[in-house]
Amino acid sequence: MNWRNISLFGFVGLMLIFVGFLQSWSVAFSLINLCLLSSIMALGVNIQWGYAGLFSVGTMGFVALGGVGAVVTSMPAETEAWQAGGLQVIGALVFAALVIVGAIQIWKRMAPGRRRTVSLILLLVVGFFIYRYLFDPAVEAIEKVNPAGAGYLGGLGLPVIFGWIVGGLLAAGAAWLIGKISLGLRSDYLAIATLGISEIIIFIMKNEDWLTRGVKNVNGIPRPTAYEVDLQVNPGFLDWANWLGIDPVTLSSLYVKASYAILFVIVLAIILWMSEAALKSPWGRMMRAIRDNEEAAEAMGKDVTKRHLQVFVIGSAVCGIAGAMLVSLDGLLTPTAYQPLRYTFLIWVMVIVGGSGNNWGSVLGGFLIWFLWIEVEPMGLWLMNVITSGMADGSGLKEHLLESAAHMRLLTMGAILLLVLRFSPRGLIPEK
Amino acid sequence: MVDVLNALVVLANFVVVPGIAYGSQLALGALGITLIYGILRFSNFAHGDTMAFAAGAVILVTWWMQAQGISIAPLPTALLALPFGIVATVLMLLFTDRYVYRFYRRVKAAPIIFVMASLGVMFILNGVVRFIIGPNDQRFADGERFIIRARDFKTLTGLDEGLAIKVSQGITVVTAVGVVIALFWFLNRTRTGKSMRAYSDNEDLALLSGINPERVVLIVWIIVGILATVAGTLYGLDKTYKPFTFFQLLLPMFAAAIVGGLGNPLGAIAGGFVISFSEVTVTYAFKRVVTYLVPEAWAPDSLVQLLSTDYKFAVSFSILIIVLLFRPTGIFKGQSL
Amino acid sequence: MSEPFLIGDRMSGGYGKGPNILHDCTVAVEKGEIAVIVGPNGAGKSTAMKAVFGMLDVREGAVRLDGEDITHLSPQDRVAKGMAFVPQTSNIFTSMTVEENLEMGAFLRRDDISGTMEQVYTLFPILKDKRRQAAGELSGGQRQQVAVGRALMTQPRLLMLDEPTAGVSPIVMDELFDRIIEVARTGISILMVEQNARQALAIADKGYVLVQGANRYTDTGAALLADPEVRKSFLGG
Repeated sequence: MNWRNISLFGFVGLMLIFVGFLQSWSVAFSLINLCLLSSIMALGVNIQWGYAGLFSVGTMGFVALGGVGAVVTSMPAETEAWQAGGLQVIGALVFAALVIVGAIQIWKRMAPGRRRTVSLILLLVVGFFIYRYLFDPAVEAIEKVNPAGAGYLGGLGLPVIFGWIVGGLLAAGAAWLIGKISLGLRSDYLAIATLGISEIIIFIMKNEDWLTRGVKNVNGIPRPTAYEVDLQVNPGFLDWANWLGIDPVTLSSLYVKASYAILFVIVLAIILWMSEAALKSPWGRMMRAIRDNEEAAEAMGKDVTKRHLQVFVIGSAVCGIAGAMLVSLDGLLTPTAYQPLRYTFLIWVMVIVGGSGNNWGSVLGGFLIWFLWIEVEPMGLWLMNVITSGMADGSGLKEHLLESAAHMRLLTMGAILLLVLRFSPRGLIPEK
Repeated sequence: MVDVLNALVVLANFVVVPGIAYGSQLALGALGITLIYGILRFSNFAHGDTMAFAAGAVILVTWWMQAQGISIAPLPTALLALPFGIVATVLMLLFTDRYVYRFYRRVKAAPIIFVMASLGVMFILNGVVRFIIGPNDQRFADGERFIIRARDFKTLTGLDEGLAIKVSQGITVVTAVGVVIALFWFLNRTRTGKSMRAYSDNEDLALLSGINPERVVLIVWIIVGILATVAGTLYGLDKTYKPFTFFQLLLPMFAAAIVGGLGNPLGAIAGGFVISFSEVTVTYAFKRVVTYLVPEAWAPDSLVQLLSTDYKFAVSFSILIIVLLFRPTGIFKGQSL
Repeated sequence: MSEPFLIGDRMSGGYGKGPNILHDCTVAVEKGEIAVIVGPNGAGKSTAMKAVFGMLDVREGAVRLDGEDITHLSPQDRVAKGMAFVPQTSNIFTSMTVEENLEMGAFLRRDDISGTMEQVYTLFPILKDKRRQAAGELSGGQRQQVAVGRALMTQPRLLMLDEPTAGVSPIVMDELFDRIIEVARTGISILMVEQNARQALAIADKGYVLVQGANRYTDTGAALLADPEVRKSFLGG
């Protein structure tokens, strides 16, 4: 353990404590939780980039899928909706999958030529129409069931922690598919392709109400910790609040946030330990050898595509788990909240600034950048207040400046990214 | 017979005209992307926000002009403000190149580093635009709205269906055609233009021939600035100006550039129309058209829509993915890194 | 003996910070002459020529053109001094027409280039036929003609060719060598690296046999061809 790294982490810790004192402990804990989640996402991206040099810009999609996983596992099932159309929807989807498999088989097995093209087109067109014929009425039926409160299939009603695992698996499965398709592409193209695919995933989430309630959001997602309202009426808890001299409402909120924090730290620790172990293992060394000289590795018989796929899937799974945890934390699944800026590009800044190729660097990056992302706004506001204190009240410029303090975030992030990329391209904690 | 005409008019009104307008806007944006890729050899993720910046500059000047009472009715005042916007954008691009990209050219950094740097530039531009103009919708169009209105068309032709063509759509097509002709003349008939094509084709040989790389870079950014300003302004006039929409346009524009073959200007234009028409046709509800064309007994009940309108963007992404998988060099054999 | 038109005088050097590839190597060519550099693979032939052109570090020795020391000039500056270089690969603009390739060759010239272009077309008549075709669509031999034509557009005093007949059929090779002789006849000096040693030495006024970056044999082309030792080692008897 080296002193420079420890002091970097210590610095972030100090900043968080400042926030606790200057703003509120509630805010500080919320920050800590999101920092932890961001670190996990950054770890996921780092696994793809640092281990294998894959520049994927699709993190947002996997995080969102993780959230869907949490919903699908832990929300109670909507039995009426299931009866109305649940089986038919699944049937339609299975049918669509079979059509696609059939199409792939035709592509592979038939000789290139007119017959193959015609059969392919015929299969896809006919298959598409049959699929719509099965799918559309089922979806309509499901969405008609209690649209205000439900209008979707619900989940399996399992404990939330399973939801996190399922989220990871869902993301991993999607990553496998996506990777199979796009990992052969050059770096620029891979970035564009993954960006596009993640947008498609979000689209599907926004529009397929029967699965995710679309833009109506899913709320009331179960959580692994206590509920504040329950704590506030719990006599044991109230006694404790008295003894500490803290208002029970505040304490309950802190207690819940702290419980999340502990859970997240445990998950982060597990993932970090596994990632470090993988990095140091022969597998990790092989991955980096491939990254540094792909042609040589191939010449030595390593199946580069397969390794890339492995890394891509694992990294995405990690992001998915973080996405599921995020949804449990919020208690909400909000498809419209998944913006590429926040969920993909910001994570990239975390990895680059923290140190690409280094797991601890990603964690540091996660903490530091998320902290700045949130705190730049109040800091900017404070700065604007100082700057405009000399101006007359109600002046248009003053108002405009104060309003735009919010946009300081983007400027700051961009500036940090460019500065780090230029002057410290290996990041704060470089790869060993 | 009348029914067929009606059907054609509906198609023209809801598919062809919007498709051409949107395709022109995409084409101009894709041209910028493809030129940067072909000559500077990286995918510029900041291009969407460059357009936002450019259009923003034009809007500010337009507002000032409108306040001064300057007008060129029936055309929108924004056209007068275009040159100013172009100057502002080009200056911004040159500034960015000097302080961000030039360093990486000097140290011959890997292309992926350029892409990451363009991400940083994207962030900053995003912040700057929202800082100056704000994130909301801005109106700046003025002058006549329609070249021909739907009801005027109906009265003129006596058909049931009307065809409306907006002034902004007309301007888009005319401007786009003009810009493209000028660009192609430049690239194919001038010494400087040819030197840029040479540089894009074979950098080492171009250097050996005495072509000055920094001059090529300068001219590329100037051309890109012009394209971005024109494309951004036309899109803003035709649809709406909201900084966020330009980031959303990034993917269709990349799709257009890649489909046509990255690095190939002709391809970017073709790609723009392919994407535009695909988006419009795949999400259009053909019910009315079909109703006109088939006997009454067969008239459809459903909307006859392949995918719902919300999936518009998904269409261009899907085309992009398909092209990347099966023909990555695009329709017109572009370059791959 | 008066100074030759071009001389790379006892050059020693290598790429970047790497070790010396050339050791005390001398190559020279007179006005209107053809000098050929031959040798086994890895002998440093292309390296010697690149040293003359300024594409690598000459750490000892000098390069002089028409008496002027050009050792520290960049390749672009040497082009301005009248040197032209045709690389072995990637030596044309494939996406541009033949005529545009020639125009690009003359990029540094500000005067009317149509006269020079006519000369090139006279030298390589097939290029005139295909002037509007994309250079990338031409056959291997024709592409080499475009490459040489492009280099000639600056009206150089010295033309350097790096393995011009690499990958070309024997008939085309003969044609190319014929053209090269004609170019030399117009007064342009030619310095050529060649793998096909026998045919190259047959047209050479001066031949340099390099082995491991140093001169082994230097003589006229005819003499080298006749020398039994040279024939045994490099020409297959």
